[in-house]
Amino acid sequence: MRQLLAYIKKEFYHVFRDSKTLILLFGMPIVQILLFGFALTNEIKNSELIICDYSNNKTSEKLIEKFRANNNFLLKEVIYDDHDYNQIFRESKVKLIITLPENFEGDLIHQGKSTVLLTADASDPNTSNTLVVYATNILYDFQKEMSNNVILIPYTIDTSIRMMYNPELKGAYNFVPGVMSLVLLLVCVLMTSVSIVREKELGTMEILLVSPTNPLIIIISKAIPYFLLSIVNLTVILLLSTYLLDMPINGSLFLLYLASSILILTALALGLLISNVTNSQEAAMLISLMGMLMPTILFTGFMFPIENMPLPLQIVSNIVPSRWYFIIVKDVVIKGLGFASIWKEMLVLMGMAIFLLALSLKKFKTRLE
Amino acid sequence: MRTLIFLLQKEFKQIFRNKAILPMIFLMPIIQLLILPMAADYEIKNINISIVDHDHSSYSRELTHKIISSGYFVLNDYGQDYQSAFKNFEKDQSDIILEIPHDFEKNIGKLSASSLLVSTNAINGVKAGVGSAYLMQIISNYNQKIRQKWLHYNGQEIKEGMHVESRFWYNKYMKYTFFMVPGILGILVTMVGVYMCSLNIVKEKEIGTIEQINVTPIKKQYFILGKLIPFWLIGIFVFSVGLFVVARGIYGIIPIGSYFPLYAFLAIYLVAALGIGLLISTYSSTQQQSMSLTFFLMMIFILMSGLFTPIESMPEWAQFITKLNPVTYFIDVMRRVILKGSTIHELQFDFIVVSIMAAFFNIWAVLNYKKTN
Repeated sequence: MRQLLAYIKKEFYHVFRDSKTLILLFGMPIVQILLFGFALTNEIKNSELIICDYSNNKTSEKLIEKFRANNNFLLKEVIYDDHDYNQIFRESKVKLIITLPENFEGDLIHQGKSTVLLTADASDPNTSNTLVVYATNILYDFQKEMSNNVILIPYTIDTSIRMMYNPELKGAYNFVPGVMSLVLLLVCVLMTSVSIVREKELGTMEILLVSPTNPLIIIISKAIPYFLLSIVNLTVILLLSTYLLDMPINGSLFLLYLASSILILTALALGLLISNVTNSQEAAMLISLMGMLMPTILFTGFMFPIENMPLPLQIVSNIVPSRWYFIIVKDVVIKGLGFASIWKEMLVLMGMAIFLLALSLKKFKTRLE
Repeated sequence: MRTLIFLLQKEFKQIFRNKAILPMIFLMPIIQLLILPMAADYEIKNINISIVDHDHSSYSRELTHKIISSGYFVLNDYGQDYQSAFKNFEKDQSDIILEIPHDFEKNIGKLSASSLLVSTNAINGVKAGVGSAYLMQIISNYNQKIRQKWLHYNGQEIKEGMHVESRFWYNKYMKYTFFMVPGILGILVTMVGVYMCSLNIVKEKEIGTIEQINVTPIKKQYFILGKLIPFWLIGIFVFSVGLFVVARGIYGIIPIGSYFPLYAFLAIYLVAALGIGLLISTYSSTQQQSMSLTFFLMMIFILMSGLFTPIESMPEWAQFITKLNPVTYFIDVMRRVILKGSTIHELQFDFIVVSIMAAFFNIWAVLNYKKTN
């Protein structure tokens, strides 16, 4: 026990003496949660729009006003004559061009029909699809208003929409749990793997291994500082998201910390495993950053819903620990659910932690080659 | 000049002798480019819907049928019990609940409106927004139809109303991979460059071999150039493999524009990206430091580049940050040239900004690298 304490003390010295890394370790989650929490949203807002109005009269003006007021669109310009749309799309950020025909008003009032053309920049097919749906809804709404002025008829279906869990459609509700899983996982993997490989590279590992200490103690002492550090980071993230991002924790705090501890444990085990199979810091870092950063971002499920992926990739996503943690955080923090609904995810994380720990302990070499 | 050639020889030997790193530099980006774009499929389809039908009338059934046959929605459950529908909702089995009230049919023939209630899971804002927009469109189409029936029945003239025609340009098959592959390729090339470069000088510092360089009369700009050029070449190589083998061969993406603007931009951009790596390297004294800084910056580069989330939706100050991010320009240029065929003339702003960045970061790195301690 005294040995262990001495080793832990040594590791803490390592961590605290490197002030640059320390600042980054604590500063990174703060900056990222704030930055991404406020900035990222999947919603489509302020998409640049150009309306080409050949009719130029009261009705079309009213319609243009409607688009101006909508915050999905940012009406950049209204043009009244021919333009090369291809040129517009290639030069600017305009995503949608609406063309109102010459006899827009007349056709609509007298013949009761008129064709409106929407031309979308579909290089991003989803955004363009969504924008077309939004614009179509605005056009239909407008038409309804117009015809309601003429006669009052039955057969009106009114639809009211309730946005559950996130009434203001804040991006933070999706991205904070996501970034949280990402940061907790990657920082731990990175730091443990590198701190062990570093000793190998510098040759100090040999000194540790020839000492009469159980290798298990060396490993545990490596893990504990980063474990505590991550818990501190988690606390800071939760404080920030509660008080600055207005994302209160609706569920049990204890449950959240429990789940987070399991995730951190999994990450530490993974870091240990990486350090066992590599011999240089460069390699350890390449695996844990280059190899893990993008896949973790994608397979956690906060960017793209996992159920949209092809089946083989859905299966692959199951081995990403942060995927399970992300579900837990959403359930506990936002939906306020209890242990009954997240025990499965907890169990999976737990299983991963045990498996990775067992594997890396088995692979841990006490001899130098 | 001869010094530079010797330095380059040294760097290349170091890179190619490191058997642990080499496959990672070349294979990892390619493998990721093969897999990740398929995971980044953002087409909103198969929205799971629970319908709670308190009415059980011919109208409610007709509407249900309309929704299911639209192709956007998958019926998760259909019943009369809101509680059980909500349970499925909580478990994420369904994304939207449509509640049809008890007197839907009774009220529909009256002048007062009959109302439907839609609840959507808004944690993922897009899915909620698009899902409910689709649903609204189906409902209002349906509404239009039954109104016309009524008008017809009452012998009034039928107005067809507005007809909306939509055209989608630049992505004929509406494939999301066409949008993601150029972006992800951009990120991967950046990662290779910045990671490798940021570790490089620091590694020599940590191992101590930098002393040997410092005592020689090698000028520091040569030393920096010697570090830059190998990774610049590797970056171009990885990019070409990604563009020709993966993007073209596997995904069938053939650039609409010419290759010249792509490579011209890549050449300048890589200098900027490597400059950032070098800068990090000159500021750190251990690999651990440079690595945590790189990780921090890389996260910001990726998430604030418009790769996954639209930049226009961000608040003003965040949009400003995206403008300082070189990756934003790279992804933008890649997408515009490959999908829309933009020319150098149309991209001149991006070219100017990235050239300034390239000069700025590299001059800073050279100034900050000191041969004496």
